[in-house]
Amino acid sequence: MTTGLFLTQLLNGVQLGVLLFLLASGLTLVFGIMNFVNLTHGSLYMMGAYFAAAGYNAFDSSFLAAALVAIPGTMLLGFVVERLALATLYTRDHLDQVLATFGLILFFNEVVRAIWGPASVYMNVPQALSGTVSLFGLPYPAYRFAIITVGLLVGLALYLVIHRTRVGMLIRAGASNPQMVSALGVDIKGLNSLVFALGAGLAGLAGLMAGPIVSVQSGMGEPILILTLVVIVTGGIGSIRGAFYGALIVGIVDTIGRAFLPMLLREFLERSVAQAMGPAIASMLIYLLMAAVLALRPQGLFPVRHG
Amino acid sequence: MSTPLLQVQGLVKRFGGLLATDNLSLSLMPGEIHAVIGPNGAGKTTLINQLGGEITPDAGRIVFDGHDITAARPHQRALAGIGRSYQISSVFHDFTVLQNVALGVQAHAGSSFRFWRKAAAEPALTGPARQALQLVGLADRENTPVAELAHGERRQLEIAMTLATQPRLLLLDEPMAGMGQAESESVVALLSRLKGRYTVLLVEHDMDAVFALADRITVLVYGRPIATGTPAQIRADAAVREAYLGEQDSAL
Amino acid sequence: MASGFTLTPRSVFAVLLLVGLGLVPLISGALAQPFYVTLFTRILVFALAALGLNLILGYGALVSFGHAMYMGIGAYAVGILAHHGVTNGWAQLGAAMVVGAAVALAVGLICLRTTREGGGMAFIMITLAFAQMMFFLAVSLRAYGGDDGLPISVRSDFGLFSLQDPNTLYYLSYALLLAVLLGMRRLIDARFGMVLRGCKSNERRMAALGFPTLRYKLAAYVISALVCVLAGMLLANLTRFVSPSYMAWTVSGELIVMIVLGGLGTLIGPVAGATALLLLEEVLSSLKFGLPWLDKLINQHWLGLIGLFIVFVVLVMKRGVYGGLPAGPPTAKGRPK
Repeated sequence: MTTGLFLTQLLNGVQLGVLLFLLASGLTLVFGIMNFVNLTHGSLYMMGAYFAAAGYNAFDSSFLAAALVAIPGTMLLGFVVERLALATLYTRDHLDQVLATFGLILFFNEVVRAIWGPASVYMNVPQALSGTVSLFGLPYPAYRFAIITVGLLVGLALYLVIHRTRVGMLIRAGASNPQMVSALGVDIKGLNSLVFALGAGLAGLAGLMAGPIVSVQSGMGEPILILTLVVIVTGGIGSIRGAFYGALIVGIVDTIGRAFLPMLLREFLERSVAQAMGPAIASMLIYLLMAAVLALRPQGLFPVRHG
Repeated sequence: MSTPLLQVQGLVKRFGGLLATDNLSLSLMPGEIHAVIGPNGAGKTTLINQLGGEITPDAGRIVFDGHDITAARPHQRALAGIGRSYQISSVFHDFTVLQNVALGVQAHAGSSFRFWRKAAAEPALTGPARQALQLVGLADRENTPVAELAHGERRQLEIAMTLATQPRLLLLDEPMAGMGQAESESVVALLSRLKGRYTVLLVEHDMDAVFALADRITVLVYGRPIATGTPAQIRADAAVREAYLGEQDSAL
Repeated sequence: MASGFTLTPRSVFAVLLLVGLGLVPLISGALAQPFYVTLFTRILVFALAALGLNLILGYGALVSFGHAMYMGIGAYAVGILAHHGVTNGWAQLGAAMVVGAAVALAVGLICLRTTREGGGMAFIMITLAFAQMMFFLAVSLRAYGGDDGLPISVRSDFGLFSLQDPNTLYYLSYALLLAVLLGMRRLIDARFGMVLRGCKSNERRMAALGFPTLRYKLAAYVISALVCVLAGMLLANLTRFVSPSYMAWTVSGELIVMIVLGGLGTLIGPVAGATALLLLEEVLSSLKFGLPWLDKLINQHWLGLIGLFIVFVVLVMKRGVYGGLPAGPPTAKGRPK
């Protein structure tokens, strides 16, 4: 195992973590402030990727077109879905929310299959980012580096908005004590819609960026959604900080685990056993991590303190 | 007989910047009714929540019957003999009155890992439940769904459920909250019947009831006890008068 | 189920449903359509699984989005042991129950501790995550087929009867369904059931009364898991196949749909819901209106229509197919059959 290989996988882990953070941050706010279990977040990510691919292929392989279609498109879609189907569920119990959003997942998965077919849709990495950059002396794909950069910038922007603006203060207050914020006369409905739209936009951004490097197909949202849920639960529901650190931890552990655990096991165990157990344990690693965190701290690593 | 059943030593509780319980010490002698009174915001419910185990104090000790229970969880305290009632009735809305009280009995009547026999057909549960209902005056409402109870009846049910657990110490959080004159009087009568059999910590705003029932009274202001003594002593205490000026004119 | 039987729309429906299910092999034989036995065995399997989940979801208000993984454990117990030549049904049952109980205890303990603060949201997400973990574990077991699944050449051998005959498998499943129904009926009115229902109603008060609520919720979780394990064993026998898809998260979702569709908080609801949902899926995938574009749309994308149907059920039909039926004159405790 060379340092170069390890570093590459570490960076890949950060890149996955950054994508997870984009999804987790919006979703954790929806969970925390609106007390709303929204499983359609994965579908918004999927639609972001599909919109991006559609824009890319319609406008002569232009990544800019993809971005212009994907992000506003997903925000608009999120807004429409929220107003039409989800707003009535805010006051209902979690079971109803889970079921309705589950139904929507099935619906969206079939819609994309009906429109774009069951096969994967492709879009390429933008020309300008198709090369490599030199990080710590080793070559790393420029596009993945761009994802990391964009993700960290978004993270910084979110931090500034949440901690330095009035809207952000309302969001933090809402995460800590939604009833109080509402009782103070703040337009909680407007705040909810804002948070939801923001989350949708972030999901769309994640879908756009993931488009060129993953398989854009029906059902792609759910594995990512479940990973996102692991991030949120590990980091602490409603906590952006938890989403950030949780996402990085999950992204790195998952990537490094899959890359090196089988190899590591072969050092200690007989070949055939390691061969069988390696991939199995690697795929379970982040869930075991989540279980360990929850066993010690059921509220997550960086829980929001509730007033 | 002179060792306190409950000893609270130096209890402290902060909520962010708010000091809800400020170095509170208190002791309850077996069989006494000890009332805790004070203006709104004095931290009375917070005190009961800490005694019941739903809130963990930041500092201090709680000793019950010689055992340090500061770290004990609510169900452990209940099993040790502490029963509490809630200021806002905390009942089981999907059940009848009898089923509500029977649950209280069941908690202290052996294992609940029984899967076949109908609980409603167990005399070991329904017998004591009916007795508790008889005590509070709800015997004729035993099959009524809780949703159909009047407010006062719900408060009576609240007490019955707590009594069903056969506690030695009763923590009563404003049992007469929202009750009319007649209903309050029946609760006062009930509590005086319980005198001696149970040790009671009574949080109440109804001053007539407090002075009629209490053996001793502690006055709480901003989380701190400012006076403890017999009703007569409290009535005469200057600091207490000052604390209550403007609160209840002729209460004392 | 004999004592206290009163004639109400609900009880009539329940009897008709259960009797009807019992007559399926006869009807299927008369119509010379063996397919119906297969379809309805599948319905029985999922009705059983939904009954299991109903214990904690309907009576305990614990929304587990991962119960399909216990069906998977049951199915894989049959598959893996059969693969190694162990076709003795009792051995498979024993292994399935032991593994299922162990996993349920571990997962249940971790998940239930998060419900202490009162929020059920984490519970939903964590159960979903664990189910996904089991799914990936099954996929990575390449020795047992991995993603492609594992065929099962011989059905479980219980010695007393042969499951080779589809009707025997059907009646075994039917008998188990009735047995579990009876068991649940007794359980929810027994001390254990009262504790569970009390926790659903007001867990804070349950603790204050002296109940260590965690152990009862955990026991209920394990019991519900083991019922699903049983259902999984039957499923593997029915299809003579096991694959990770049996543990897909969508299957867990469908179990919840069945319960709510049938009527939350009732005992027959899950059976009614499973029957309704699986029949609906069957009908949609082969429905022909005669309009080619419409037929294609429905037959190929029926899952999307089911999705919309689920949203409809949640927003409109809140009490479900069975739950929406009048329960008869209000009883002292309004929990009818």
